[in-house]
Amino acid sequence: MKRREPLTNTQLLTTIAICIFVAMYAIAVIAPVQGFEKFQMFFDLLNDNAYLIIISCALSIVMIGGGINISVGGVISLTVMACSLFLNGTSLQNGFGIVAALFLALGIGLAFGVGQGFLISYLEIQPFIVTLAGMFLSRGLTTMLSVEPVKVSAQTHAVFYAFRGNKIEIPFLGYIAQNGNMIPAKLEIGAVVALAVVILSFLLLRYVKLGRNIYAIGGNQQSALMLGINVKRTRFLSYVISGLLSGLAGFVFLMHKPTGNASVAMRSEMDAIAASIIGGTLLTGGVGNVVGSFFGAMILATIQKIIGMSKLNDSWWQDMASGALLGFFILLQSVVLSERDKRRAKRNDSKLAVQRE
Amino acid sequence: MQNDAVLTMRGIDKQFPGTKALNKVDFTLRKGEIHALMGENGAGKSTLIKVLTGVHEKDGGSIWVEGVEGEAHIHSPQEAQNLGIATVYQEITLCPNLTVAENMFIGRTEGQMVHWKDFEKRTTEILNNLGIPARAKQELSSCSLAVQQMVAIARAVDMNCKVLILDEPTSSLDDKEVEMLFSLMRDLKSRGVGIIFVTHFLEQVYEVSDRITVLRNGELVGEYAIEDLPQVELVAKMMGKDLNDLADLEQIGEKRSAATEVVYEAEQISSSESKPFDFKIHKGEVNGFTGLLGSGRSESVRAIFGADRVTGGKVKMKGKDTKISKPHDAMKAGIGYLPEDRKRDGIIADLSVRENIILALQVMKGFFHPMTKAQMEAFADEYIKTLNIKTASQDTPVGSLSGGNQQKVILARWLLTHPDYLILDEPTRGIDVGTKLEIQKLVLKLATEENMSITFISSEIEEMLRTCSRLIVMRDRNIVGELTGDQLTQAQVMKTIAGGEQ
Repeated sequence: MKRREPLTNTQLLTTIAICIFVAMYAIAVIAPVQGFEKFQMFFDLLNDNAYLIIISCALSIVMIGGGINISVGGVISLTVMACSLFLNGTSLQNGFGIVAALFLALGIGLAFGVGQGFLISYLEIQPFIVTLAGMFLSRGLTTMLSVEPVKVSAQTHAVFYAFRGNKIEIPFLGYIAQNGNMIPAKLEIGAVVALAVVILSFLLLRYVKLGRNIYAIGGNQQSALMLGINVKRTRFLSYVISGLLSGLAGFVFLMHKPTGNASVAMRSEMDAIAASIIGGTLLTGGVGNVVGSFFGAMILATIQKIIGMSKLNDSWWQDMASGALLGFFILLQSVVLSERDKRRAKRNDSKLAVQRE
Repeated sequence: MQNDAVLTMRGIDKQFPGTKALNKVDFTLRKGEIHALMGENGAGKSTLIKVLTGVHEKDGGSIWVEGVEGEAHIHSPQEAQNLGIATVYQEITLCPNLTVAENMFIGRTEGQMVHWKDFEKRTTEILNNLGIPARAKQELSSCSLAVQQMVAIARAVDMNCKVLILDEPTSSLDDKEVEMLFSLMRDLKSRGVGIIFVTHFLEQVYEVSDRITVLRNGELVGEYAIEDLPQVELVAKMMGKDLNDLADLEQIGEKRSAATEVVYEAEQISSSESKPFDFKIHKGEVNGFTGLLGSGRSESVRAIFGADRVTGGKVKMKGKDTKISKPHDAMKAGIGYLPEDRKRDGIIADLSVRENIILALQVMKGFFHPMTKAQMEAFADEYIKTLNIKTASQDTPVGSLSGGNQQKVILARWLLTHPDYLILDEPTRGIDVGTKLEIQKLVLKLATEENMSITFISSEIEEMLRTCSRLIVMRDRNIVGELTGDQLTQAQVMKTIAGGEQ
């Protein structure tokens, strides 16, 4: 006899996020909000928010380990600026230039990841403080590199400009324009990268020992130590991964909007935290799932798009909607989890009573 | 060194700031034996175990483990695991957010990948083998505490450990589960595993152990074969004093049920947590509320003190009508209450011993009438001396004192207000035998010498029989009997608690 296990807290919260996303998207399609009837809208959400999806994964990984990283937005702005300057100035006007820029982006992310991870794990400084410092540092460095916006154009680096314009066309999800031409759905490279990051992060957290160790230290650090897990190294690596992903997110951002600017990805760390939480990652650690975070990011993106497409096209409406959504989710999560604990406690009590008799 | 020893520790030293936790302690564990490690709280059992498992590093001494060349150096729990030393702690040291299977295997597998199928299959086998009622895929937090404890043991067992340390493993298990654990321990023993068993329950030691090592104040008292050390002697060795002290108490225990003046009288008093009941106590009387845990003992005294929301009833203090609806009223009326959960309701861990002692008196006086520093110091000194509180100074934070001494600090707090009626709810729980005795003596002294009325609640019936002249027995939140004089025997109390008399 095989019985189904009840969902774990992680699975339950992820499921809630997915259901909400599907429901919200369905409402937008039926309502109808302009544009949502096309598949392209879904892909546009992916294209526009690829970097957000990547840093949501970065945030989820450290949050599952019981930490936080608010430097991701700053690292993106620094990477975008550094890569823009590099591409504009380099003599590598070919594919190697792009690879070099990618390595520069990853290098910056890695440097922040290693530095912050070291301070947090081995010197045991509060992650909030360390990454707050990282946020200021990276924003400051961005401005130091250039106060003016730096644009990568077809003139300054033709190969990169052409490369970033590549789109994957999916004809059968396209639509027929008014003149009768078939317009295929288009997915940017960055969106594909973001999806790959989600899948790889999921596999990492599910099937690789490091990933499970991250859950363990987030669940109970003391226990994890007693179970023989190298807590410091695990925590360190979680920040290294999140740093690397921030660098990658910076490069993806550059491919989407090839302009370095001090205000790039402003506040995106907060969006990423919100996405993770909506996706079912608990700030207390040990619970969460990058698939949930992906849907969390998409929920945020969708609600902003819906408001953008409606007549309420003002930034405060978007902020208020995001805020209300976040509040609603947290309430929902805590109600669901506490109800569940109550039921469990009751069941264990009655089980014990049966055993005693 | 014996040939059959799996673990030998010699001359272990461990220093903590301010205290010498271990002083030249020797310990030897043989193959296939259950070895009880005994001592009062603070004797150094936990420290010794933490040194062995790499949580603390030793300051001196040597450790040898069978099968390892030369001295073993243990710097982390992981290294201890690798040497075949596994530990199951009193508090659950598993991760509640992972599944049972993961908790069994995390931190001890080769390679970088997690093989779920394999883990789950092996876990199911182990759980079935040991008869543990859990499923491999279940999230650990959905198991009861007892099952979580067993999963921890199953993990240790599966690690083919040579040395298995069980630190208070039975404290959260019921009788049936304890029996299961013991049969598991005997099974492991027959497979040649050496087991170190740490527990507070003396009977359990005699049920399973082969050998006992006793520690006191961080020093080794001795190692004994179980048949050479009767239970009474074990207690004496742990306490480091003669058992005459116990007899002594019986003598002091000249209990009075004198029909003197009634100090406190309640009629149909009830609170949000307790049903209405009548109660009175005479001057200089020691009485007790007894009953099983959850029978309403604590709730009743909380109602008297106004600690829960009082919902009805009439109260008279020394014959005068008094209204008690909150603790402050009770304090003003001359009632003191030492709560059951001293960590939650009583001690303010970060404040100093002096501040904790002064607290209740200060509240009574009102915060606008501060005491002078000299006064406070004098009060604190007086009670540290009378109650024999072991503290470095008045300024030591209470949190750093041992449980027994914390309890004495709270006691001092109430004694300072010179209450007419003092309620002590489980004042002896979780503290060592010696301090328990001191507190019992003190209770009787207060009653006889200062004519204080005292209500004493304890889970240990012997303790109540020794101190109380009248026992109120509760069952299912109702008072079901009142025992005095000749009725005060263990058998009679049990009978009354169990109900259905005759």
